[in-house]
Amino acid sequence: MNEIQTELKSQLERFRKEKIEPTVEHDDKNEHFKMELFQELGQLGFCGMTLPEDHGGAGLTYQDLCVALGEIAKSSVSYAATISVSTMVQAIINEFGNDEQKKKYLPSLTSGEEIGAFCLSESSSGSDAASLKMTAKKVDGGYSLNGSKMWITSGGIAKTYIVMARTGEEGHKGISAFIVRDGMDGFSYGKKESKMGWKVSPTRELIFENCIVPEENLLKEEGYGFKIAMAALDRGRITIGSIAVGLCERAIDESISYSLERKQFKKEIFDFQGLQFMMADMATETEASRLLVEQAAKYYDEGKPNQKLASMAKMKSTDTAMKVSTDAVQILGGVGYTSEYPVERLMRDAKVLQILEGTNQIQRVVIARSLKKEYS
Amino acid sequence: MWFLSEEQKQLQDVCREFAKNEIAPHAEKHDTDETFNIDAFKKMGELGILGVTADPEYGGADMGCLAATIAMEEFGKACPGLTLSYLAHSILCVNNIQNNASKEQKQKYLPKLVTGEHIGCMGMSEPEYGSDAVGIQTRAVNKGDHYIVNGTKMWITNAQYSDIAYVYTRTGDERKNLSTFIIEKGMPGYSTGNPIHKMGMRSSPTGELIFDNAKVPLENRIGEEGDSIYHMMKNLELERITIAGISLGIAQACVDASIKYAGERKQFGKNLAHYQMIQKMIAEMATETEMLRRFLYTVAYEYDQGKIGAVPAAMVKLQIPKMVTRIALDAIQLHGGYGYSREFPVERLMRDNKLNEIGAGTNEVMIMIIAKNLLDEALKG
Repeated sequence: MNEIQTELKSQLERFRKEKIEPTVEHDDKNEHFKMELFQELGQLGFCGMTLPEDHGGAGLTYQDLCVALGEIAKSSVSYAATISVSTMVQAIINEFGNDEQKKKYLPSLTSGEEIGAFCLSESSSGSDAASLKMTAKKVDGGYSLNGSKMWITSGGIAKTYIVMARTGEEGHKGISAFIVRDGMDGFSYGKKESKMGWKVSPTRELIFENCIVPEENLLKEEGYGFKIAMAALDRGRITIGSIAVGLCERAIDESISYSLERKQFKKEIFDFQGLQFMMADMATETEASRLLVEQAAKYYDEGKPNQKLASMAKMKSTDTAMKVSTDAVQILGGVGYTSEYPVERLMRDAKVLQILEGTNQIQRVVIARSLKKEYS
Repeated sequence: MWFLSEEQKQLQDVCREFAKNEIAPHAEKHDTDETFNIDAFKKMGELGILGVTADPEYGGADMGCLAATIAMEEFGKACPGLTLSYLAHSILCVNNIQNNASKEQKQKYLPKLVTGEHIGCMGMSEPEYGSDAVGIQTRAVNKGDHYIVNGTKMWITNAQYSDIAYVYTRTGDERKNLSTFIIEKGMPGYSTGNPIHKMGMRSSPTGELIFDNAKVPLENRIGEEGDSIYHMMKNLELERITIAGISLGIAQACVDASIKYAGERKQFGKNLAHYQMIQKMIAEMATETEMLRRFLYTVAYEYDQGKIGAVPAAMVKLQIPKMVTRIALDAIQLHGGYGYSREFPVERLMRDNKLNEIGAGTNEVMIMIIAKNLLDEALKG
């Protein structure tokens, strides 16, 4: 870690312990997102880290962002995920938007005053994203959006939504990306999902009924939407990986502290080889995942994004997060199963990491596809 | 299973029907609200299943471990939480009284427990003594015609709902000097603590039993003073086999839900069932479930024949919950986003199953038991 990263990490460690940790269990139970907390992270410069400074960003790298997200995830996967998605939205606007769009939408996102959301999935198109059904029909002065979006992270609390809708033919070539703002006529929020984990981060359905979006809100040009979405996901996979690694590190931290304190049969349970082996495996798998995520981020920062490596990093780190958090519950035993300790929450939060940003099954498809390409 | 008797097959049908009509429709709600489905529990009394192993003279069904395991699997498919409460009542409380109490004690307590008029629990674990159960420190001091009990029991299933608690205590400094008492709700100095909030098994109440100079009459002692260790261990074997039945039910429910979903959900123009990745997951989880069922039912059958000891019971308790967590995680994965939401049962089943790797002896304790038995001779060298 370089100096900036060490500084970021220690600043965020203080912040999460002071501001997030004390109420995190309570907020999880009540499914309560604290906008003021997000905004505070924004004031400290953590909500637009990778954006250029002329748009209010911090001009940092994805490697830096990964360090920050991992640290926040130790206390709350939900806040880390909110930042990860909002940063992704900013990156889309910065890369594919025109000057007016950047000027109009970026400052409030990079400052953390507002949240951004990315809207691709629908009830019948998840892994098969290119089959999405939502339509954007050309009308006078803009487009009329009809349909609904599912599983939208920050749905309802975000102000700026990047929405993928069909402007043309079937398949990926007929998809376009639009910037939609909270409050637009014909845009409303559907039901809030009741989930196993990620309870602080709201997941919502979005409903569009003849929602008229001005032409200037189209990103790039018609038919460019799928490319935008895929480019965004390549980045998203790396940041999700860093969240998974932070989650693992917290689970290991809890496991070791507890097993050094808890005594059964008159000795610290850490001294039982059965637990030592579990913890050695947890630490090794986590370290391997961290290195993979760092490597993928490094390639990205160097301008040579490696899709295969990003998929590998996402798959490996999130599978590890599931395993490590499950083992942490096991090591803490009965208390690990209760909400008095964070490990059961980490385990619940881990599961969705294997599902979103492309399920780990889809990552395997991506990896296999590039393996085939390498050999043909 | 080919070796089930007519009576056991009948029980399987009855339990399956009951689970479908009385348990499954309410499982999601009780999980969300952290409430106990007391109506269904009481109806289990009418079904005659609450005293599955108890003598007919007290209203019991006079069946064994295999029958209880069948009930656990069938109820477990619908609501593992309620099934855990059923287990705490029928196996930990009723069966212990049936096997270890005097005729007078049985006459006094069993009839109401068997009908469901009373709810039972068992108290063993303490805050500082979990895996090291023999080390418990709740003290019972002999005062002639009564005992004074002090201490706290932790992780007690049914605690706040129980009328009758079957409680292990320490009556001497020697490690194995343990004695058991039947403690009734309302006895002076006895209370239950706050409910414990859990990751899963949320429809099964968990709490503490608190003894603050609790006065317990001599006639409530089970057997002789200081002789509880043997029957405590013996009942744990039955508990381990039957709790594995809950995990088996969870596995089957996951397989059923996954098959259904794979036939309904379309991506890339085809049902998920067409993808080899999905086929592999379903084929493997179904194979594992079938293997676990044959393992468990065989051990339960042999237990009823008096053929097995601690090792096979520990083996089913280790292997089944452990594999079922994997199966349930795969079932969520197969369901994708929907599996993570509460609209489908698989995330609840996974949360519920995790407890079975911890309760009734952790996986690690099972490994200790198996290894100690296998390595008994070698460890002397």
